[in-house]
Amino acid sequence: MRDTTTAPVISAQGLNLTFQTNDGPVHALKDVTLDIGKGEFVSFIGPSGCGKTTFLRVIADLEQPTSGTITVNGMSPEAARKARAYGYVFQAAGLYPWRTIAGNVKLPLEIMGYSKADQQARVEKVLELVELSGFARKFPWQLSGGMQQRASIARALAFDADILLMDEPFGALDEIVRDRLNEQLLALWARTQKTIGFVTHSIPEAVYLSTKIVVMSPRPGRITDVIDSPLPRERPLEIRDSPEFIEIAHRVREGLRAGHLDD
Amino acid sequence: MRNIFPVLTVTAFLIALWYAAVIPMNAQWAQDQARRAGQDLSFSALVTDTMSQQRPRLPAPHQVALELWNSTVVEEMTGRRGFMNTGSLSNRSLIYHGWVTLSATLLGFAIGSALGIALAVGIVHNRAMDASVMPWAIASQTIPILAIAPMIIVVLNAVGITGLIPKAIISTYLSFFPVVVGMVKGLRAPDQMQLDLMKTYSASGGQVFAKLRWPSAMPYLFASLKVAIAAALVGAIVAELPTGAVAGLGARLLSGSYYGQTVQIWSALFAAAILAASMVALIGVIQRVTLKRMGMAT
Repeated sequence: MRDTTTAPVISAQGLNLTFQTNDGPVHALKDVTLDIGKGEFVSFIGPSGCGKTTFLRVIADLEQPTSGTITVNGMSPEAARKARAYGYVFQAAGLYPWRTIAGNVKLPLEIMGYSKADQQARVEKVLELVELSGFARKFPWQLSGGMQQRASIARALAFDADILLMDEPFGALDEIVRDRLNEQLLALWARTQKTIGFVTHSIPEAVYLSTKIVVMSPRPGRITDVIDSPLPRERPLEIRDSPEFIEIAHRVREGLRAGHLDD
Repeated sequence: MRNIFPVLTVTAFLIALWYAAVIPMNAQWAQDQARRAGQDLSFSALVTDTMSQQRPRLPAPHQVALELWNSTVVEEMTGRRGFMNTGSLSNRSLIYHGWVTLSATLLGFAIGSALGIALAVGIVHNRAMDASVMPWAIASQTIPILAIAPMIIVVLNAVGITGLIPKAIISTYLSFFPVVVGMVKGLRAPDQMQLDLMKTYSASGGQVFAKLRWPSAMPYLFASLKVAIAAALVGAIVAELPTGAVAGLGARLLSGSYYGQTVQIWSALFAAAILAASMVALIGVIQRVTLKRMGMAT
């Protein structure tokens, strides 16, 4: 078992973020307080506009909070970004069409100044991790959507960030591919011991993957429920038919509905 | 090779259309000549005459083709001032004049492309340049080149710059613009997500440029280079008009129109067109090879 009693990896206290738009201010995050421990798999679930992606982007220093404090690895998000504390996986794979799969995975390593030999070794290692070893020399357009997304996960894993932030990485994929990737992601999480922040709007996906499920609701974006999953870390796909699973899914659904009642 | 047939069909159709136009265009002259000689002109004699006049209003395709052949290969091989007899290109050959124009075109194109890319990089990276350069670039292109070319030539002449450079500058003037427009678009092609990704790596501005913006801009670069090189050729030809018709395809056009040598004008026009087409095709080949090596040709 991993130790989750030590200082949290990500800690947000009373976080607020207001976007100034032409239609007036939009309260994207309101009083968000959350601790994420080392090695946790945390899902953020909620309807669009609930601030789940915004919160992930605040952790990644891609958005600045209006008030409140947040620390990542005990540092400000900016310092954590500069220390390369996390890898970020976007909704689209966003691979460079002019680079091979290996070249794409190598991109962050080139930017961060790893040695040539180290780059090569790491590319081989992470491609093996996402089961794409035979595709190093292929170009992105030669791969399916699911494989492209796996390559983008490999890219986020290539350097030694101990946090992996994923913004609806499988949102654009079909159910069957998504199941398979969820399984692989759990295996990968078990092997790498990373702390994972995962944005989704699929209830089964959130329940299946997470040790902690953060239910959010919109206008203003806020946390309505935090569920610590009692499911074991070892999770075959069949676990989705177990009573525990269904119970958690039910609680998530209730939480989502409660958030909508305020409208 | 599969698309050669449609191309040939269209070409054949255009040539037929051209031949058909030659008869009415040149008939007046033929009939005037016959009337003065007190002869009756049969239709077949009329057709024959319109196809072979010395100074036709519209020369027939074969006349232009023959003139192109004579003023290139024949002139250089057998002419008194030709390459075979003197070891240097004849000033009566289109190869010589084409080369004069081509050298100015290439120099202007090189400067123009470099300038265009530099301006685009500045516009994309510098807020002040973003706000100020583009309106001027657009304004520069609204001035008729025919109006500004003689002034550039005269001004540069006054400060002692003559020959290749003034012509190249006018080529530059026309060719930098498509490159600026294309490259600004190209360097801005990466979407927010790709820029965010670079930010999560804490990539420097230089790294974002080298690894993301520049490769993203490649297809745009080649598209604008094709437009630019054709514009550069037009610039070089226009620049040759006010120089007193010494050398170059522009000079051939001008002297042809002075002396009513329509065949000479048309052959110079075709030489320019062939030159432009070859240069655009050459860039097309470089584009294909480059994009293929980048894995972007599907």
